[in-house]
Amino acid sequence: MSSVLVFTEFTNGQLKKGSLELLSAARKSGLKVQALAIGPGAKALVDQLGKEGVDEAFVADGAALDKYNSELFTEIVCGVLSSKKPAVVLASSNSLARDLFPRVAARLGTGVASDCTTLEISSSGEVKARRPMYAGKCTAEVSFESSATKIVLMRPNQLTVTPASAAKTATLEELAVPTKDLATIVKEVVKGTSGKLDLTEANIIVSGGRGMKEPANFKMLEELADVLGATVGASRAVVDAGWVSHTMQVGQTGKTVAPTLYIACGISGAIQHLAGMSGSKVVVAINKDANAPIFQKATYGIVGDALEIVPKLTEEFKKLLQH
Amino acid sequence: MKIYVCIKQVPDTETKIKLKADASGVDFAGVKWVMNPYDEYAVEEGLKQREAGKATNVTVLSVGPKARVSEALRTALAMGADDAIVIDAPEDLDPMATAKALAGAIKAEGGEYKCVMTGKLAIDDNAASVSQMLAEFLAVPHATVVTKLETADTQATVERETEGGSREVIQLRLPAVVAANKGLNMPRYASLPGIMKAKKKTIKELTLDGVGASAADIRVKYKGFALPAEKPAVKMLAGDPAQQAGELAQLLRTEAKVI
Ligand SMILES: Cc1cc2nc3c(=O)[nH]c(=O)nc-3n(C[C@H](O)[C@H](O)[C@H](O)COP(=O)(O)OP(=O)(O)OC[C@H]3O[C@@H](n4cnc5c(N)ncnc54)[C@H](O)[C@@H]3O)c2cc1C
Ligand SMILES: Nc1ncnc2c1ncn2[C@@H]1O[C@H](COP(=O)(O)O)[C@@H](O)[C@H]1O
Repeated sequence: MSSVLVFTEFTNGQLKKGSLELLSAARKSGLKVQALAIGPGAKALVDQLGKEGVDEAFVADGAALDKYNSELFTEIVCGVLSSKKPAVVLASSNSLARDLFPRVAARLGTGVASDCTTLEISSSGEVKARRPMYAGKCTAEVSFESSATKIVLMRPNQLTVTPASAAKTATLEELAVPTKDLATIVKEVVKGTSGKLDLTEANIIVSGGRGMKEPANFKMLEELADVLGATVGASRAVVDAGWVSHTMQVGQTGKTVAPTLYIACGISGAIQHLAGMSGSKVVVAINKDANAPIFQKATYGIVGDALEIVPKLTEEFKKLLQH
Repeated sequence: MKIYVCIKQVPDTETKIKLKADASGVDFAGVKWVMNPYDEYAVEEGLKQREAGKATNVTVLSVGPKARVSEALRTALAMGADDAIVIDAPEDLDPMATAKALAGAIKAEGGEYKCVMTGKLAIDDNAASVSQMLAEFLAVPHATVVTKLETADTQATVERETEGGSREVIQLRLPAVVAANKGLNMPRYASLPGIMKAKKKTIKELTLDGVGASAADIRVKYKGFALPAEKPAVKMLAGDPAQQAGELAQLLRTEAKVI
């Protein structure tokens, strides 16, 4: 019977939400569900994986796998895929998977589609997936050609998490950690200081543009974001002006985001910016120019001074969320 | 030693995407083509390495319809690249076939090279795949989303960006494929003498066949293109700032149900 293999990820011994989304989609196919987990503590996941309806768990555990190393991970993943031959591989479209799976696909000569936003897997292992192209200016359906294994990287927050109807006891297979002369050595991992979700994973984004007038006013956006548990984004104009870090840029040459709520403050809505945030479910635009193009993409619009409105919004949300 | 830089030509970011009548793809009629923005960082980094005496030659490569993509190569030559190679190919190659072609061309050139620079992602297909695939076909290490690069004779140290502002510092044995992100440098503009000089340069032409790649290497195609659903008309909130803020908070909770 063909299978769906989920590349699962975990922190502090718990499966990440993205992995639960993928496992839900894998179960829905009715195919055998396999899971691969790599990293120190991976072995201990086997019970959790069983509860999630996983039939077979493959784990590579060990201190050597503490940090993501593209060479080691490629070896391990290719080893599993060539011996288990799943019809479909699912992984979250995050920075690790986006670095890893194209290399895996090249080694195995099979297809990979990153950043997919919809997914259906049939009981025969056929895949129907769509992904944004041109940073979201359009979408298209992926068609895999001559691909023994179809690798699908799903954008987080697109699939619903459903509970497994029946817990299983997953079989556990331990994988050897490759020992080889590495041409890639990870020297250091410097954690981001914000502790906030990345823009690409955030459920709510508060974004600021040149209409915020000066860098110091981004503090207002931080405060609003803190109340909402949101991540702060920005237009390219303020990134290029050096107000904020380029990691905060939303748009065609920044990050493509798909939060449930995007609050654009003092952003005009240039086509390159709209491309990157058009996947947002609800958009709020605050701009003093009633003709700003951002209003054409907005669900709710306020014509006014963002510097005045943002602090008031922060107060309102504080009131609302206290109850 | 040589540095290769891979360049994709993409529709300008201003482009309004129109679809073909049968939704089989994007209608490129009237589109203005430019060098993929991330590839500008790749070219700049190649030139900087050469200027720092770490490389002697910067050769730019592009895969695609030769008349069109040669324009992007000319732009790179005008910025200061030494040589250019075009691999003539149909419009719709996927990352796998493209990487095969690029690897084939680099192997055909022969000789040693220090590294291959690419962009972290092409803004048309958003695949972020060619760099890693190319590294695999060249059997060299890779690093993607790179914001800092230092090279010595046989190794490089790179910084790459991951989620939430985190960074990884990685040591790579050279040669390697390095995919540039914004932040790596400030791409220069082509100078007028540069543009004049670039016009006179010959771009070496290769065929897909000649570099050992073909349409049979394609693994991913696209169909059923669609434009994003039209948003319903915006609801504008009236009143003074306090009223607007109050109403918005309520609507987000009770109508949109997002907070
Ligand atoms: C190759 C290329 C790639 C690009 N990629 C991106 C990208 O990825 N992301 C991106 O964002 N841009 C990108 N751009 C830039 C884009 O074209 C715009 O220049 C940019 O998005 C504008 O940023 P902005 O909206 O902050 O500034 P502006 O366009 O200057 O708009 C400022 C807005 O603030 C409003 N405003 C002013 N004061 C106030 C106030 N007190 N209260 C409320 N509103 C106020 C104004 O009415 C105006 O609408 C790219 C451009 C190019 C050429
Ligand atoms: N057709 C092409 N010709 C040359 N280089 C390319 C081509 N397509 C992609 N690349 C390179 O690979 C990078 C990543 O592209 P992609 O994987 O398509 O997102 C680009 O920034 C280019 O440097």
